[in-house]
Amino acid sequence: MTVFVRNIILETERVEEMKLITVSGPPSSGKTSVILKLVYALREQGFGKIGVVKFDCLASFDRIRYEEAGVPVVTGFSGKFCPDHFFISNIEDAVKWGNSRGFDMLITESAGLCNRCSPHIQRIPAICVIDNLSGINTPRKIGPMLKFADYVVITKGDIVSQAEREVFKFNVRQVNTRARILFVNGITGQGAFMLSKYLKDSVDITTLSDMRLRFTTPASVCSYCTGETRIGDEFQNGMMKKMEFHEAAPLSETESGESR
Amino acid sequence: MDFYDIAENSTVAEVIDRFPIVEDFLDNLNLRGLDRTLPLPDALENGDPEWLENLGTNVDDILDQFADFLEAFVTPHESAADIESITVVGGHDKSGKAENCSITVKHGQVLSIVGPTGSGKSRLLSDIECLAQGDTPTGRVVMIGGRRPKDEERFELEGHLVAQLSQNMNFVMDLSVREFLMMHARSRMSSEPEKIVSRCFEKANELAGEKFTIDTKVTQLSGGQSRALMIADTAYMSSSPIVLIDEIENAGIDRKQAISILTSNDKIVFMSTHDPLLALSADRRIVIRNGGIIKVIDSSDEERESLRHIQELDDEIMKIRSMLRMGEIIKPGAWRERSI
Ligand SMILES: Nc1nc2c(ncn2[C@@H]2O[C@H](COP(=O)(O)OP(=O)(O)OP(=O)(O)O)[C@@H](O)[C@H]2O)c(=O)[nH]1
Ligand SMILES: [Mg+2]
Repeated sequence: MTVFVRNIILETERVEEMKLITVSGPPSSGKTSVILKLVYALREQGFGKIGVVKFDCLASFDRIRYEEAGVPVVTGFSGKFCPDHFFISNIEDAVKWGNSRGFDMLITESAGLCNRCSPHIQRIPAICVIDNLSGINTPRKIGPMLKFADYVVITKGDIVSQAEREVFKFNVRQVNTRARILFVNGITGQGAFMLSKYLKDSVDITTLSDMRLRFTTPASVCSYCTGETRIGDEFQNGMMKKMEFHEAAPLSETESGESR
Repeated sequence: MDFYDIAENSTVAEVIDRFPIVEDFLDNLNLRGLDRTLPLPDALENGDPEWLENLGTNVDDILDQFADFLEAFVTPHESAADIESITVVGGHDKSGKAENCSITVKHGQVLSIVGPTGSGKSRLLSDIECLAQGDTPTGRVVMIGGRRPKDEERFELEGHLVAQLSQNMNFVMDLSVREFLMMHARSRMSSEPEKIVSRCFEKANELAGEKFTIDTKVTQLSGGQSRALMIADTAYMSSSPIVLIDEIENAGIDRKQAISILTSNDKIVFMSTHDPLLALSADRRIVIRNGGIIKVIDSSDEERESLRHIQELDDEIMKIRSMLRMGEIIKPGAWRERSI
């Protein structure tokens, strides 16, 4: 309350400060569940005004869940655009929206779809949510989204063995040696308190305009990005990456009837 | 240790020989094909430049990552394993009524937790897990070794403190028992993985009603065998000093031996259970209602006497079970004459 008054008196022009948290993770890893548990944990500590912006590709049912929990939410669909590019070109407007609504905290939820996604911004707390069921080597495949996160939240620990949880955490640590790794149960909320404790003291911002991404977004300026559907060399323009096949070991005859 | 120095002055092969886990590091970066006869920086310089470009990185950055990686895995970190005791100082229940209690459990001891479903057992666990300092909704304070942990300590220990075992847990990896245990041992950086793996396997088999081989796939184990393997693995390999057991009663394993394997490995055991045999064999039990601890009951001569009777009843049930398994007709009292 005192902060509010001070802002009005001293800086009538400036919008109020707000925390921004980016949450990313593979589809269905438990992002929405974790965010909701986090919101409850923060509310219990008197941290009330929290909004969410959900970035998705084609469809999302998260809106209903957020609204049921009384969390204001805006959903954006990237459609035919690269979800990362879409995210970064809209995040500043999202912050403006959050400011205009007077939130204490704005949380973005975005699905990492190509494993190369990395919607993390320097100085802004970045959470990557992955689940124990996704396969033991998944942490080693996810890339920048996991590697550059400040907090890695592991969900669905309630249905796998302790040993698998420990091995999974070990594999996360291999890829991101610095992050805080937390287990949060998306259903009971166990572990969400600790996460809320970390985030409560994170940096306040009013704008993102002087900030940078932590990692380059996937390059995508090719003919297919702009709507080409035909297949074949003559239709491929712009930045392309071609696989090399000639180095592959020849298949033995017993393995396959195919020959090269 | 100066890991930059090591990277520059020994070949990749030598580094791997000294720190086998570096193999994983190379795998993670898709650098398996690196020339191992050179030191890491040279090998990277000589490697395919496109690799680095695709990774969005450069040689210096990889060296930093290498140093971080070894720092994280090779340098011994503060271990949670040597916690002597844990104390829960009461807060209040859901309606604000004070709990008025302070419960200390030492390693090798068992505390059972009883109370209706939804009464607040998971809140208690959460409090222990995050070492609550009066800042969680229950207002409880959790101390380790008789004192309140400092903030850094609290963050450091987070996630290493409590191992959990519950009825809902399953194995999801497609590995044999041996591979599975080896994988866990490796992640613990165990110096004698083979030895600890075979000990785990033997113990698991002692606990399980039906035996299994070390080449069985973990996903093919029966419920009882899975539970037995999880318990043995937690006892011998988990780094966590506290074990929370949630309802393992119907698992078809030797429950008493299961608990004693854990306590003899110096674990602090919290056990939420409705099984009279387990509840009464604990050193102490707490009763939870409406989100609060309403009672702390120490084990007494009286209850130990009752426990003996319960044990006899339990043995009889076990005998009946094994008779059923053998296809016998269960005549009244027939089990009394049986030895096993
Ligand atoms: N058992 C268990 N289930 C969980 C946990 N966390 C999430 N779930 C379940 O996993 C499913 C997906 O969770 P969501 O929170 O919708 O995942 P999401 O990452 O937001 O999904 P998208 O936004 O669609 O990509 C839901 O059915 C959740 O109930 C957990 O810790 N344990
Ligand atoms: Mg979601």
